[in-house]
Amino acid sequence: MVAGWFAGDGDAFRLLGTRCAACASVFFPREDHHCRNPSCGGGELEEIALSRRGRVWSYTDSRYRPPSPYVSDPELPWEPCALIAVELEAERIVVLGQAAPEVTVADLTVGMEAEVVPGVLHEDAETTWTTWHWRPTGVTA
Amino acid sequence: MTQEVAVLGVGMHPWGKWGRSFVEYGVAAAQAALADAGLDWRDIGSIIGADTVRGGYPGYVAGATFAKALGWQGARVTSVYAACASGAQAVDTARAQILSGLADAVLVVGADAAPKGFFRPAGGDRPDDPDWLRFRILGATNPVYFGLYARRRMALHGDTTDDFAQVKVKNAAMGALNPKARYRSPVTAEEVAASAVVADPLRLLDICATSDGGAAVVLSSMEFARRHGHAEPVRIRAVSTVTPRYPNAVLDLPDIATDSAVAVDPPGETFRRSIARTAYEEAGVGPEDLSLAEVYDLSTALELQWYEDLGLCGEGEGVKLLRDGATALGGRIPVNVSGGLASFGEAVPAQAIAQVCELAWQLRGAAGDRQVAGARVGISANQGLFGHGSAVIAVR
Repeated sequence: MVAGWFAGDGDAFRLLGTRCAACASVFFPREDHHCRNPSCGGGELEEIALSRRGRVWSYTDSRYRPPSPYVSDPELPWEPCALIAVELEAERIVVLGQAAPEVTVADLTVGMEAEVVPGVLHEDAETTWTTWHWRPTGVTA
Repeated sequence: MTQEVAVLGVGMHPWGKWGRSFVEYGVAAAQAALADAGLDWRDIGSIIGADTVRGGYPGYVAGATFAKALGWQGARVTSVYAACASGAQAVDTARAQILSGLADAVLVVGADAAPKGFFRPAGGDRPDDPDWLRFRILGATNPVYFGLYARRRMALHGDTTDDFAQVKVKNAAMGALNPKARYRSPVTAEEVAASAVVADPLRLLDICATSDGGAAVVLSSMEFARRHGHAEPVRIRAVSTVTPRYPNAVLDLPDIATDSAVAVDPPGETFRRSIARTAYEEAGVGPEDLSLAEVYDLSTALELQWYEDLGLCGEGEGVKLLRDGATALGGRIPVNVSGGLASFGEAVPAQAIAQVCELAWQLRGAAGDRQVAGARVGISANQGLFGHGSAVIAVR
């Protein structure tokens, strides 16, 4: 669905973005056509792996089932899903993602450390759609 | 400073869930605005529609739809889409036509019949659309973003959910005085607290509903206004339609990530602040000159953010301004005396035009029970999906 946004297994799992070879601007979701820094003449856009860990910029949850194109099983009751926006220090970027399934807003505070982990967005008999999740590391300093 | 244009007439169809076509709402608003201006539809040289989706038709239509419904009379026609800022872009286009001499009198119309429940993107598999992606990959509805902003304010500035509730209490009290508003009952903080959480920390009564509605304005050159007996019309002095500056470091709807600031430091002001500053500079006024403000309160917490972005108070001081009563009717700078989106709900192409209607009524001294005494300068502010700025400054 979103080819090339993440790769790797376990501890090697990373979000993938791109970086302009001329100005070093980082893009996530990946920008493969043109550097969006208006003061850059434009360089080659190279794939890079983003930092694995960052700090929680903010968080919330969805207490009601989101509409399509979000896919969920209407036969099952909706379980609130937490979402976390995480600030990556090296890339100076904030990336939104769903929290790992066991994480609720009660587990979160702004500023705590979170790491990216592989997750499942949705699966049916034929297909498993994978995604990234943010999960607090337990480090709050 | 640019030249001014006159607001000759304003009109609205009441907001609500009426179950009718957007055309009906737009025509009703247009006819009300024309009557208010003392003009016949055939006096209008240009019509500008803020776009919506016409059911069953694969496209966004507005200007010509309203022109046909009012009766073809050969007017110049334009349709504009800028999401929530569509109405402001329509006003901006009208102003540009008037100031360039392309038209003397322009009718601007926005109307919509909103679907029930969450807004959602158009159908089909469209992974090249960031709006489609945020729903498909994250299930991130609009309230999810409102929740993120609210939680961030709590962490940064110490705002509480009780503070957010007081914004609803204030706006509901003013909306109760507005016959065009959808919700016309006062709301208590207890009622906000008892409503269901939608996106932590925000509850149902912290978040605006979707609604049907329509709004229209008739704008003209100052010379045309005088010729038609409007000696002292309300005037539009500024329209801000700016885009963000790279890198936009605030997680904006509908994005999955911010721009990275690794190569370029973020600009000294946020996008929302630049929307207001641009309007102030064009109008030659500042926040201290304002009599009132109409802001896009998609959520209660977002209204507090606008206080700061408009320069009504310092950063992080929005709650103090609210608690001091400054933004209530009778306060130093009343905000959303119309009742705001809290009382109206969203009818996307109409809302920025409706804000201008409220400014006009207030500046004429014709706002009835919700009148801001001696109003002379008003600002409207909003932000349209995909980086559309929107602010209008009107004076009398």
